[in-house]
Amino acid sequence: MLAETNVKTLDKVVVRFSGDSGDGMQLVGNIFTNVSAGMGNQVSTFPDYPAEIRAPQGSLGGVSGFQVSVGTNVHTPGDKCDVLVAMNPAALKQNVKHVKAGGVIIVDIDSFKEADLKKALFETDDPFKELGVNAQVLDVPVTSMTKAALADSGLDNKSIIKCRNFFALGLVCWLFDRPMSGVQHFLNKKFAKKPAILDANTKVLNAGYDYGHNIHASVSTYRVESNEACPGVYTDINGNTATAWGLIMASEKSGRPLFLGSYPITPATDILHELAKRKDLGVKAVQMEDEIAGVCSAIGASFAGNLAVTSTSGPGLALKSEGIGLAVIAELPLVVIDVQRGGPSTGLPTKTEQTDLMQALYGRNGESPVAVVAPASPTDCFTMAFEASRIAIEHMTPVILLTDAFIGNGSSAWRIPDADEYPEIKPPYVPADKIAEGAWRPYDRNEENLVRYWAIPGTEGAMHRLGGLEKDYKTGAISTDPANHERMVQTRREKIARIANDIPGLEVIGPDDADVLLLGWGGTYGHLRTAASELCKQGKKVAFTHFRYINPLPANTADVLSRYKKVIVAELNTGMFADYLQSRFPEVKMARINKIQGQPFLVEEVMDAVTKIMEEK
Amino acid sequence: MEQTAYTPAHYKSDQPVRWCPGCGDHAILNSLHKAMAALGVPPHKTAVISGIGCSSRLPYYMNTYGFHTIHGRAAAIATGFKVANPEMTVWQISGDGDGLAIGGNHFIHAVRRNIDINMLLLNNKIYGLTKGQYSPTSDRGFVSKSSPYGTTEDPFIPAELVFGARGNFFARSIDVELQISQEVLLAAAQHHGASVVEILQNCVIYNNGIHNRITDREYRADRTIHLVHGEKMLFGKNKEKGLVQDGFLLKAVEIGTEGYTMDDVLVHDAHTPSNFLHQQLAMMDGTDLPLAIGVIRDVDSLTYNDEVERQVAEVRVAKGFDSLRSMILAGETWEVK
Repeated sequence: MLAETNVKTLDKVVVRFSGDSGDGMQLVGNIFTNVSAGMGNQVSTFPDYPAEIRAPQGSLGGVSGFQVSVGTNVHTPGDKCDVLVAMNPAALKQNVKHVKAGGVIIVDIDSFKEADLKKALFETDDPFKELGVNAQVLDVPVTSMTKAALADSGLDNKSIIKCRNFFALGLVCWLFDRPMSGVQHFLNKKFAKKPAILDANTKVLNAGYDYGHNIHASVSTYRVESNEACPGVYTDINGNTATAWGLIMASEKSGRPLFLGSYPITPATDILHELAKRKDLGVKAVQMEDEIAGVCSAIGASFAGNLAVTSTSGPGLALKSEGIGLAVIAELPLVVIDVQRGGPSTGLPTKTEQTDLMQALYGRNGESPVAVVAPASPTDCFTMAFEASRIAIEHMTPVILLTDAFIGNGSSAWRIPDADEYPEIKPPYVPADKIAEGAWRPYDRNEENLVRYWAIPGTEGAMHRLGGLEKDYKTGAISTDPANHERMVQTRREKIARIANDIPGLEVIGPDDADVLLLGWGGTYGHLRTAASELCKQGKKVAFTHFRYINPLPANTADVLSRYKKVIVAELNTGMFADYLQSRFPEVKMARINKIQGQPFLVEEVMDAVTKIMEEK
Repeated sequence: MEQTAYTPAHYKSDQPVRWCPGCGDHAILNSLHKAMAALGVPPHKTAVISGIGCSSRLPYYMNTYGFHTIHGRAAAIATGFKVANPEMTVWQISGDGDGLAIGGNHFIHAVRRNIDINMLLLNNKIYGLTKGQYSPTSDRGFVSKSSPYGTTEDPFIPAELVFGARGNFFARSIDVELQISQEVLLAAAQHHGASVVEILQNCVIYNNGIHNRITDREYRADRTIHLVHGEKMLFGKNKEKGLVQDGFLLKAVEIGTEGYTMDDVLVHDAHTPSNFLHQQLAMMDGTDLPLAIGVIRDVDSLTYNDEVERQVAEVRVAKGFDSLRSMILAGETWEVK
């Protein structure tokens, strides 16, 4: 033990709050994040919660965790944490593997009685020894101190116990020098309608902070550096909310009203929740009777002239396949959001994976090409939801947006953009003179990008019929002509391919003379980018690029890949993107890094895998 | 029918109609063109949305906005269309297989939500386009290619589903009853909310004569009753029969016999909110009691699409945001200078 407070300055720290799923860990994690972001820290969060809403109290299955990294150059929520808060033995057992060697573990020692240990299946009365803990353990009587702080509050025991999480938060705030005023601000808002609870939580929060102060001798205190952030107004945003807001921005920029047809499914439901709230911006979010109705109502809304969206996760995407095919042949704009989770079947509903890539690219009957895009981070969900909408409208096609549980639930500080930072979206309306001449047919196309024109129902003189049956290239009437079908198939395919002219190229970061290119796609960006730059710091020549546009691929893809002796594709599946790239660029030598554990990559494991591949030659 | 600026020809497309000669759909198409003209909603304010099946080809024969979609999903697609563009008058066309088997879920939920669309259910009790399998409305024991020894299941009665889904408009007609078809289609369009019109339709190829027991001219007058709101429930060639109340049930009587007089005959009230009597009327099947045609239930109620518009308008005023940015700025933010 150290004799006095030892203040460490760090560029970033990682804190993990864990407890029973009813202990309020997500709430205090969020408040800690927001307060840190308000201080100018970059933040990245990873809520890791169980599929069960309330598993038995104190059991291993009921542990809910919230990990956050704050500081500078934060691209991920961190591999391992500097500080773990474990409210009970089960939380300790489930999370000890996430603690850095020499880190700090704060436990509520009042919850480590014999019965508690049994519930978490410990075999001895020394859980720390049993787990081989290699960290400083701060055993804090959280429950009894909470009770003491609220002895005169008049609250019942159950309500008092519920305040424990704020004691832990106060203690962590002391450790990281977070201003109490910032926390108080969030508390005031959260409990504005419950003054007794607000008062109790405030007392307990301050008790926790003071406790940390009073026992200052036992652990390091951290000062976390802040970034030189781009000036502007910021908010904390998670990927699902960013997705919802990106769609609203696209609606504002295209002038088409926003419609969502959806059905609840983990981990995508928050998009439905957010857009349901946004009636205040004119959004119509309809909770339909099933996944199929979700996509079909969106197709109806698209035909009716809206920016139409359906949101789901993998199992729901499977159910929507036939509907998406209809939007392909009818050439209607449609945004399909898949917040990927572990599969197959119900799989791991609350965990992350990138295993729907093949389903998005190919999971439909017939020749049924669609555009596919994938955001790189929680905040990038905003940009890519906007892009998915732009491509859908301007190219009259379904677009699948592949996010995942990790970036959907994870959050970061985000600078609120001005409207003029995003381009106008120009719907390819049927030219009025064509309608006036009576010369327009429903499958008339722009010759340059092969996009069909859009006639909004209600427009006089532009009545037309669409449908799932193949149509004649010229007249738009039903056609079973063999040559016409082939022409239509090739046209729809080429229409998607030409989107490549309308999306940005790949950017590469890292040394110019690198032999090796590490690449990924979608939500793994933060981990892969951090791994690449850490490897470079070690003197290894690793370049890095990341795909957010999956189909079509950026126009310079072949050029970028051809510059390296070896390309390493890292993804959270068994190699779907690598297979896809290899099928298009058979000459490129590819190595693969794959993980299918329902968890994001760890920077360290990517670095190890890349190093090993580089040594193999 | 009242005169409007439109004639049936305004609603006909230039596409040749390709149903089998003698198919009941031809008559229904004509009735629909006429009902649309009588309604007077211009073609460009009209959308016709169908699923898959013989009857679902119908949008191609309309000079309106039209969408021939996928099997079973027309009600869901029409729902999205109407919510997105409530100014349009929306007609949704399904057959018994499309609407009640693969699309059964969408059917009941569209009715329950009370989306303001007109749902036509063309019931020929068979799958025609796949060449003759039994459907969810085929009678128990029905022999078809997929039930060579007869079905071993009971059918849906569409009206019963509509009432089960708390529907507020149900009407029925028969393909050959052109006048009544027009009348109920017009009433369906004028009804505010989800309106279901079942039209008994003959499939000349795979199920010829399936409704003959009721529709044959020889006994149609005795086995059907044309219900009109506010009028006595009379039927028979000379309207010599009527429906009377018998305990909790209905009874068909010959007026002047068994002591029944005209005063005993019930008067049809399509607008009463209770669906108790409506359901009894709709369940009559032409055996002991005559099959009811005409508008059986027509009750005004809140529609989903109107309520969405109302909420949007209210919340917009209450919150007063003029853009996404203003909404976000009203939340939790901080400034970096």
